[in-house]
Amino acid sequence: MSPTEKKAVPLEFEQPLALLAQQIEALEKQLAENQSPDLDLDLARLHEQYDVLKRSLYSNLRAIDHLALARHPQRPYTRDYFQRWDAQWIEVHGDRKGADDAAMVCGLINFGEVRAVVLGTQKGRTLRDKQHCNFGMPQPEGYRKALRLFHHAQKFSLPIVTLIDTPGAYPGMTAEEHNQAEAIAVNLLELAGLTVPVIAVVTGEGGSGGALAIGVANRILMLEHSVYSVISPEGCASILWRSADKVSEACQAMKMTAREILSLGVADEVIEEPLGGAHHDYDAAARNVQAVLVRHIKELSRLSPAQLKAHRQGKFRKIGSFVEG
Amino acid sequence: MDLKEWFANRQKRREDAIEVRQPLTTEEYCALWTQCFQCRELLYTRDLRTNLHVCPKCQYHFRIGAVQRIEQLADADTFCEIDENLTSADPLGFVDSEPYPRRQQEASRKSGLKEAIVTGTLKIDGHEAAVGIMDFGHFGGSMGSVVGEKVTRVIELAERLRLPLIIVSSSGGARMQEGIYSLMQLAKTSSALKSFADAGLLFISVLAEPTYGGVTASFAMLGDIIIAEPGARVGFAGRRVIEQTIRQKLPADFQTAEYLLKHGQVDMVVERTRLRDILTQLIAFHGAAGSGGELSSSVSEEALSTR
Repeated sequence: MSPTEKKAVPLEFEQPLALLAQQIEALEKQLAENQSPDLDLDLARLHEQYDVLKRSLYSNLRAIDHLALARHPQRPYTRDYFQRWDAQWIEVHGDRKGADDAAMVCGLINFGEVRAVVLGTQKGRTLRDKQHCNFGMPQPEGYRKALRLFHHAQKFSLPIVTLIDTPGAYPGMTAEEHNQAEAIAVNLLELAGLTVPVIAVVTGEGGSGGALAIGVANRILMLEHSVYSVISPEGCASILWRSADKVSEACQAMKMTAREILSLGVADEVIEEPLGGAHHDYDAAARNVQAVLVRHIKELSRLSPAQLKAHRQGKFRKIGSFVEG
Repeated sequence: MDLKEWFANRQKRREDAIEVRQPLTTEEYCALWTQCFQCRELLYTRDLRTNLHVCPKCQYHFRIGAVQRIEQLADADTFCEIDENLTSADPLGFVDSEPYPRRQQEASRKSGLKEAIVTGTLKIDGHEAAVGIMDFGHFGGSMGSVVGEKVTRVIELAERLRLPLIIVSSSGGARMQEGIYSLMQLAKTSSALKSFADAGLLFISVLAEPTYGGVTASFAMLGDIIIAEPGARVGFAGRRVIEQTIRQKLPADFQTAEYLLKHGQVDMVVERTRLRDILTQLIAFHGAAGSGGELSSSVSEEALSTR
């Protein structure tokens, strides 16, 4: 079940809104007990104020507010989308080499009009779930599981849809021993060579190389409040500012919000979220994403296999900013 | 000049020489000697240089810059640099404690380079090859748009000329100051390597101390043959980050070249003094299948001019 608006945990910047909501609630309670036209008027005014505040609040978010929304504990995760897109979606498991990483969820989906191979990083909801999914940080085995699905899609000429919501690739001892860097690098190389449409959607956090390993796509879409960055803002703050309190500054300096990534020419489209964030209405969020996805899959399907590959390689070939001469 | 004059001049030269010979300053004296970081031995800098900056006593491999590396690898006067005029822009207007452009100037002043990689073509024992040599001394060898672009261009050049490609990596990872653009260089370089690999050409990746993050997670780990220098630390995440995450002490040799060899991540650990020979051997071996061998110089010039 998607949490209703009032149940959603308010973030720091949402406090004024939460306060107003509380007042409205109290007033409604009073109103239910004793009818009075005065209160009615107050209530209407408060509702109005609430809407105005809400709109202005969410249209003027700072980078760190987007980050908080992207990391919201109630934000819809990869499985929430898959389930809503196709209740009969078929999950597939394992890298065939000795492990099945729960942080990478893979499957086959029927959108109705189109079929696709889908995969994405999965964060957990409950504590046990979170530990099982390693907080959405894949091990090399997770990336190799994804790689297997890339090849599956290639073999059956199916489009690939990836959902990105990860703090990054897991920085652990066994992850290093199993060659995390190589697992990511090989995915980048192999994705570049595919001749099927590849679409990546950043649904929450796009954390560095661990996100890009499933993100070398023909189209990069970002949810309105999602973020995408070269390093976690915490990491950036501690390295460049030498202080953990400078996360807000790091967020701003790195230009990591969906709109900024769009204006830098890396993202191709920003997908609107329900007002206040995707966690307010899972169904609407899933519908929005599906509509945009299907449109892009159809557009890309007009390209030949060779064109698809050239298009993807050309897209990344152009990215960068430098002076020559 | 008659003999008398010559002697007179010699006398004068001597006097001049004596006049300018001041006692060495501390700085100059220090430059003459280098202490080994590992065994603490005091080494005569000139000897250290002739031994390719490897401690003769304990085999510690000192970090070297791109210029020194090229001197060590290339046949005399064969290195031909490309894209030397590519410099970083400041796409994000990035400011932390200092603006990014000022940090760049500072980096260039320290390293004497424009960017953290030097690319071009050279000959190793007569074999022509395309090379990219990273320099940790410039901005921590970090990869931003310029490094990504130069790596991509040298890959494309090698593919066009059908040359074997050697990249010597030494980098802290992606450059934060260029944000998402830096991250996308991982995809750009790996994508270029895909067509290079499809063309059936040889890519040798050499990992020097230290190679981390975005560089390891892209071209550095995609070599057909991967060579690490002894003691070089190579990994995806840094040691401190891992220790903080898993709340355990890591083994002392974690992420060293030898550790990587044990875990099947590199083909070989090669001392710097043997690197040139091994590279020559590898290029010669693959020559027939890879770069064609019969490439004439006129073809390469033609291809160069169409760039």
